[in-house]
Amino acid sequence: MSAIEQDAAVHATRRDVLKGGAVLTVAMWLPAAGAQANATDATKAGTFVPNAFVRIDQDSTVTVLSKHVEMGQGAYTGLATIVAEELDADWNQIRVEGAPADAKLYNNLAFGPFQGTGGSTAIANSYEQLKKAGATARAMLVTAAANRWSVPASEITIASGVVQHKSGKSARFGELVADAAKLPVPTEVKPKDPSAYNRIGKSAPRVDSKAKSTGKATFTQDFKLPGMLTAVVAHAPRFGGKVKSFDASKAKEIKGVKAVVAFETPARAGVAVVATDFWAAKKGRDALTVEWDESNAFKQSTDEMLKEYRELSQQPGDIAKQEGDVEKAFASAARTFEATYEFPYLAHAAMEPMNCVVQLGQGSCEVWNGEQFQTADQMNIAKLLGIAPKDVKINQLYAGGSFGRRANPLSDYLVETVAIAKAMGTTDPVKLVWTREDDMQAGYYRPMYVHWLKAGVDAQGKIVAWQHRIVGQSITRGTFFDNKSKIDFTSVEGAQNLPYHIPNLQVELHTTEPKVPVLWWRSVGSTHTAFSTECFLDDIARATRQDPYALRRSLLEKHPRHLAVLDLVAEKSGWKKKRAADEIYGLALHESFNSVVGQVAKLKKTPNGPKLVSVVCAVDCGIAVNPNIIAMQMESGIGYGLSAALMGAVTLKEGRVEQSNFDDYPVLRINEMPAVETHIVPSKSKPTGVGEPGTPVIAPALANALAQIDGKPTRSLPLAGQGVKLA
Amino acid sequence: MITLDINGQKVQTDAEPDTPLLWVLRDHLGMTGSKFGCGKALCGACTVHIDGNATRSCVLPVSAVASSKITTIEAVGESKVGKAVQDAWIAEDVPQCGYCQSGQIMSATALLATNKKPTDADIDAAMSGNVCRCATYVRIRAAIKRAAGSLTT
Repeated sequence: MSAIEQDAAVHATRRDVLKGGAVLTVAMWLPAAGAQANATDATKAGTFVPNAFVRIDQDSTVTVLSKHVEMGQGAYTGLATIVAEELDADWNQIRVEGAPADAKLYNNLAFGPFQGTGGSTAIANSYEQLKKAGATARAMLVTAAANRWSVPASEITIASGVVQHKSGKSARFGELVADAAKLPVPTEVKPKDPSAYNRIGKSAPRVDSKAKSTGKATFTQDFKLPGMLTAVVAHAPRFGGKVKSFDASKAKEIKGVKAVVAFETPARAGVAVVATDFWAAKKGRDALTVEWDESNAFKQSTDEMLKEYRELSQQPGDIAKQEGDVEKAFASAARTFEATYEFPYLAHAAMEPMNCVVQLGQGSCEVWNGEQFQTADQMNIAKLLGIAPKDVKINQLYAGGSFGRRANPLSDYLVETVAIAKAMGTTDPVKLVWTREDDMQAGYYRPMYVHWLKAGVDAQGKIVAWQHRIVGQSITRGTFFDNKSKIDFTSVEGAQNLPYHIPNLQVELHTTEPKVPVLWWRSVGSTHTAFSTECFLDDIARATRQDPYALRRSLLEKHPRHLAVLDLVAEKSGWKKKRAADEIYGLALHESFNSVVGQVAKLKKTPNGPKLVSVVCAVDCGIAVNPNIIAMQMESGIGYGLSAALMGAVTLKEGRVEQSNFDDYPVLRINEMPAVETHIVPSKSKPTGVGEPGTPVIAPALANALAQIDGKPTRSLPLAGQGVKLA
Repeated sequence: MITLDINGQKVQTDAEPDTPLLWVLRDHLGMTGSKFGCGKALCGACTVHIDGNATRSCVLPVSAVASSKITTIEAVGESKVGKAVQDAWIAEDVPQCGYCQSGQIMSATALLATNKKPTDADIDAAMSGNVCRCATYVRIRAAIKRAAGSLTT
C-alpha cells in the first residue's frame, strides 16, 4: 500500500505556493466574499489570494489546501478524499497542505465568519465546498483538453488522474495546467451525484501515515528557526495567582539562559526562563524563586465544590427544556426512581504538551502552531500587540492531539508565547515548551458536574416523566461564544435533546462559577449527559425488568436514525442471542454532532474481575466519505472515552491541581484497550461528524454491563474512584 | 565534548553531561523524530534503542550513553525488522495525530527483534510503556502481528 507522504511540506507558505511556475489555482469564492473568482490572477505571485482549496502543479500533483488542522482526526485525508472524488484523481497524486489563517477565505461554514476546527465539523462543513472546488478544477481541465483536442467537452472523461477522449487522446493533469489556468472560472459547475461516487465510501489510506511512521512529520515541538530561543515557564500554582516578585539570579547562572521575564495574560501569570535550548531553560525554570500574590487566587478543593454541587442538585435550576408537567406525572406514576451522577474535571492530556513558536516583527507577528482556532488566535494576539489581526500570520503544523485543548477562546498558550517575546522585546523567534506538568496543571479542563435525575413509570413500566438537573460550569460563559442566556447549550446538550419519547420531560441547569478554567473536551456536553441519561435508562430497565434494547426501541419511534443504529449494533453484537454465563453485554446509544453512535461493551468474567473484551460500534454519520477514517475515529473515541471512564480525574486541594503527569493522571494503555469493530449505517444524507461522537458512548455502555454483574449501578466516575478495576 | 554513536555515525556534542539524550538528539543534533511527552519515562514517546534495547531517552543523561550504540526513528528503517514495522504501520494506517508513533515503532521493533512471534500478552508487556492518547492500540496490535508475519514468510 502506498500512502501519500505529506511531511515537511507544512513549511511551505502560501507565498511560496504561488511563486512556482504555471500553477492552476482554483478560486472558490463564497457568496459572502462578494467577489468574482479569477484563476488567472491567482497564479500571479502576490497579487491575488483567492479562496483556494485546490492547486495542480505541472507534475500533476494535486494539492488540497486544508482549512482544518490535522490533529489525528483524519481531516487531511477526509478532505482530500472529497476533492479526489470530484477530480477523479489518482490517490497517489494527492497531497495536503495546511491553509494559512484567513477567515475570509477559510472560515468554518458551521462557525460563521470564523476559521477554526471543532465540533466534528471538518467534513460536514467542507463537503459541498470541496465538492464544488474539485468539480470546478475538473471542469477547467476538461475544457482545456476539449479546446486542445477540438472535441466536445461532453466527450471527455477522467479516470485515475488521466483526462481522455474516445479518439485515444489523453493527458495527465499537469499537461493541461498551463491552458486551464488561462480559462475563466466557470460560475456554475455540477458536482457529482453521490450515485456516481467511486472514491467516497471506499477506504483510501491516510495521507500522513508515512510521514508519521518515519519520524518526519513536523509538529510544533519539532519546528526550528535560526536563532530560535526556547522558553520554559513557572505558572502561578493557583488559578488567578499573580507574580509578586521573583529572583532570577540562580537561573541566570545556568549556561544557555538568555532572559528571565514575568508575563501576565488573560489566562494566567508566570515567569519565563528563555534559553538557547529546552534543557537549559528547564534547569533555569527549576532554579527560579518566585513569590506569588495569591490574594485573588482560587483556593477551593474539589471535595468542597462537590458538596456544593450536590446541594445545588437538590434545588430547582434554570429551565433548559420543559414538555408536559413532570411534577404532575410523578404524582400519578406507579413508581419513581432517582439517581445522582458525579463527574470529575478531566485534562485533555494530548501527547504533545502545548507549545508554540512566535516571531515578532514591526507591527506584525508570525506564529507556527498546530493551529485549531485561527480567527480567535489572530484576534487575541493582535489585541496583546496592538496590531491588526490580519498582521498575525499563522502557519499550520501537525498537532500532536488536541481533543479540544487547542481551541481556546483566550488562545492561552499562544498569547503566553507572544507575551514572553514581547516582554523580552525580541524579534528572535521564541518557542514556548510546556512540560507535561505545566500542561496538566494549567487548567482548561472538562468541567466537574453533578447530575440529578428522576423518572416516573406507569404500572406497565412505561416511562411517563423524566427530570434531569445538571450542575456545573459553563464552557462558553464570558467568552465570545457566550449566548448571554441562562442556558449554555454545551452544558445540557445530550440531555436537552434526549431522543426518547417521554411525554413529561424537564431539563434544568445550575451554572456554577468557580475560577477554574474550563474548556470543551472531546464530545463536550455529551461527555457527561450520555452517561447519566443512558445509565439511568438502564437502571429503569433493570428495575422494571425490561430488556435495555427493547426499552430503547419502544421510545424511539420518532427517531429513525437512532433506531437504525440501535438495530445495527444489536444485530452485529448478537444482542438477542443467548450469551454464555460469563459474558455480560452493556448497551448505550447517543447522538452528538449530528451523528448517532451505538455501542455494545462485551465483558467477560474472569478470576481477576471483569475484562472488557470488545466493543461493537455502529454509527450513522451520513455519507461515509472515508470509512477507514470513520473506523479509526470510533476506535479512538472509544479509547479516549474509556480512559476517562476508568481512571480520568483532575482534583484540586485548596486550589492546587493534585495531578501532574501520567503517573498520577493515568491514561489508557494497550493492555486496557478492547477490540473494536465498527459498522456504518448506509446513508444518502450529507456527512456529519466522526471525531467526537464515538467518545461519550463507551462509558455508559461499560457501566451498563458492569451493573449487571452485581446490580450496583455506577454513579460516579472514574470507575477507579469506585474501586472498580477491569482485568 | 561527548562523542556519541548514533545510527552508525560518530557525532560530537557540546551538550552539558546531565542533558537527557532526548534533548541532545532534538535540540543539539536536530533529530526531532524522537518526541517529548512526559519527561519522566512514563509515556514512551522518546523511545530509542540503546544497544538494541528500547529505552526512554527523556531521563537518560547523555553522559551515560557515550559508549553505547544508539538507534533512533530516523534510522530504524535501515534494519529489516524496523522496515517491516514501519511498512506494517503504514499498511494498517496506525497513526492518527502521530506524535507517539516514533516511540511506538521503536518499542515494537525492539520486541520483534527478539521475539519473532509475540503473543497478545507479549505485545501488552512490550508496548504498555507507550501511551497513545488517540488510542490507536487496536491497530498497533494488528501492525505488530502483520510485521511479525512479514518477517517469518
